Amino acid sequence: MNTQFWLIQAFNGISYGALLFLVGAGLSLIFGVMRIVNLAHGSYFLLGGYVALTVIWTTGSWLLALPLAALSIGIVGLLMERIFLRPLGFDPLRQVLLTVGFAFLFQQAALDLWSGNNFDITPPEQLTKSIVVGGLYLPLYRIFMIGTALAIGIALWLIMEKTKMGAAVRATVDDAQMARGCGIDTSRISMLIFSLGAFLAALGGVIGGAFLGIYPGLDFEMLPLAFAVVIIGGMGSLGGAAIGALLVGLADNFGKALFPEISYFTLYAPMALILAVKPTGLFGRE
Amino acid sequence: MSRQMSSARVNVLLVVVALAIVAIIVPHSNSFVILLATRALAFSILVMSLDILLGYTGLASLGQAAYLGVGAYLTAILATRYQIGLGWDFWAVVVLGMLLGAALAAFFGLLAIRATGVYFLMITLALGQCVWGLAYRWNSLTGGDNGINLRSRPKFGIDLADEVTFFYLVLACFAVSLAMMYTLVRSPFGRSLTGIRERELRMQILGYNTWLHKYIAFIIAGAFGGLSGVLWAHTAGIVSPENVVLTTSVDALLMAVLGGAGTLIGGVIGAIIVFGLREYLSTLVPWWQYVLGAVYVLTIFYLPTGLMGIPERIRQWRATGASKDRAKELASAPT
Repeated sequence: MNTQFWLIQAFNGISYGALLFLVGAGLSLIFGVMRIVNLAHGSYFLLGGYVALTVIWTTGSWLLALPLAALSIGIVGLLMERIFLRPLGFDPLRQVLLTVGFAFLFQQAALDLWSGNNFDITPPEQLTKSIVVGGLYLPLYRIFMIGTALAIGIALWLIMEKTKMGAAVRATVDDAQMARGCGIDTSRISMLIFSLGAFLAALGGVIGGAFLGIYPGLDFEMLPLAFAVVIIGGMGSLGGAAIGALLVGLADNFGKALFPEISYFTLYAPMALILAVKPTGLFGRE
Repeated sequence: MSRQMSSARVNVLLVVVALAIVAIIVPHSNSFVILLATRALAFSILVMSLDILLGYTGLASLGQAAYLGVGAYLTAILATRYQIGLGWDFWAVVVLGMLLGAALAAFFGLLAIRATGVYFLMITLALGQCVWGLAYRWNSLTGGDNGINLRSRPKFGIDLADEVTFFYLVLACFAVSLAMMYTLVRSPFGRSLTGIRERELRMQILGYNTWLHKYIAFIIAGAFGGLSGVLWAHTAGIVSPENVVLTTSVDALLMAVLGGAGTLIGGVIGAIIVFGLREYLSTLVPWWQYVLGAVYVLTIFYLPTGLMGIPERIRQWRATGASKDRAKELASAPT
């Protein structure tokens, strides 16, 4: 275990964290704004990957698949929020169960539409090469992942901090009732945030599909990881999601490399401890 | 009051009769039905234990499969490595499984009980995932992804390898668990749990240590989860991370809600329906999971009190219908 090992593992961890950020940021915002534990979030990730596959098979363009998949799943999220979650009102248990019901429906739909086979999303050739930095071979694709997450993170941060819309979202996270009282249309904000979360998760699915693969069951594999990001980072906080994603990405990578037998335990045990001490997560607002 | 007493007695009588009918009919049907009923009954002990938390205490746990998991893994590891629990000592394993489930719950409860609502959901999810992570990765102990195969069932005077005998054993364990949990929820302790569900602050003001009440309920639920796991290991013949995974916890939660939270027996009905759909419908049609998903979504929308809530709803509907009729009569009556 020399420095090279540590550097490579750290790089892999960070790039995996970048992917987790895409999934976790949306989940965190959804929780912050709507207080919904969305168990269908992993399904958006998986469906995003499948839609991208279809786009690639029909048009051959990976670049086109990226926005198309994310947008179409964003619309799915929007419809789900409007038609089903909105009329349900506030009851955490019923909301959770409803999203699970949908996760099962999505699972079956994916199985019917795309069969149970394992697929890989092949990125364009330019991205499959590696570059050498200081004797380390770094796959360009992972650098691309980090870049994408950074770009999206910065864009989200700018929207949240600098626009009126973002201010309204933050107000809703802090105190939805008060925000409504001030004339903020929290229902519209919920719709937008839910759909944005689905959009980001699907984007993650397209990007992650290249090295995780796309297969049935991936939805419920990603879901707890996304929750770990949200919980460690704090619910409803974008910066928290970024740090949470980074920590989970690193913990997952080093855990698997150093102590494979208890690697998931090293991931979820801190998560439970953090929740026990500070239920809103490390960077969450009270 | 007396009417309530008698209706409770009628309910108990109904359940006893239903169990007797099950005990008589199932062994005479085909092996598929016997297997299905055994599975549903073994699993429904877990669902009922969850119902103590969900329906009576108001704690929605998303990690209840962990307790089934430790019970099942304990049984499998003892049986395959040490040949323990394959004779009369099966009952020792049952007790051990319950103790292990209770011990795990006692530990997890320390972390989880303080949280409420959505946060309780999240922390139990995280704790459940810890157990899953160990089951999935700790190859030397749990066999990792492949799990552990149990080669034989216990034999003590009776041979549990026989499906019908085993069905009776599970049915008996189920009936005893149901009776114990029913006694529990109707005891003063159970009543104070319901009080906590309705309004925790008021119970605190009345001088109840609500944390301790919830903690004890959590441990009891863990113990029954462990029992369910011991039975499940021998029912399925294989224990794998699949038993501890998030979706199993979710299944238990859905079964409880589908049948009707806060009714105990509703959990069994939910379990039978879900297992029935999953195992029977899946042999008939490829799109069975749509039906399952639709059942969940529809239940949550139109039957928030679950299937057990239907009689009550009909009664209410009739009552409002009757009062409407009377109002009409009064309105049309000549003054």
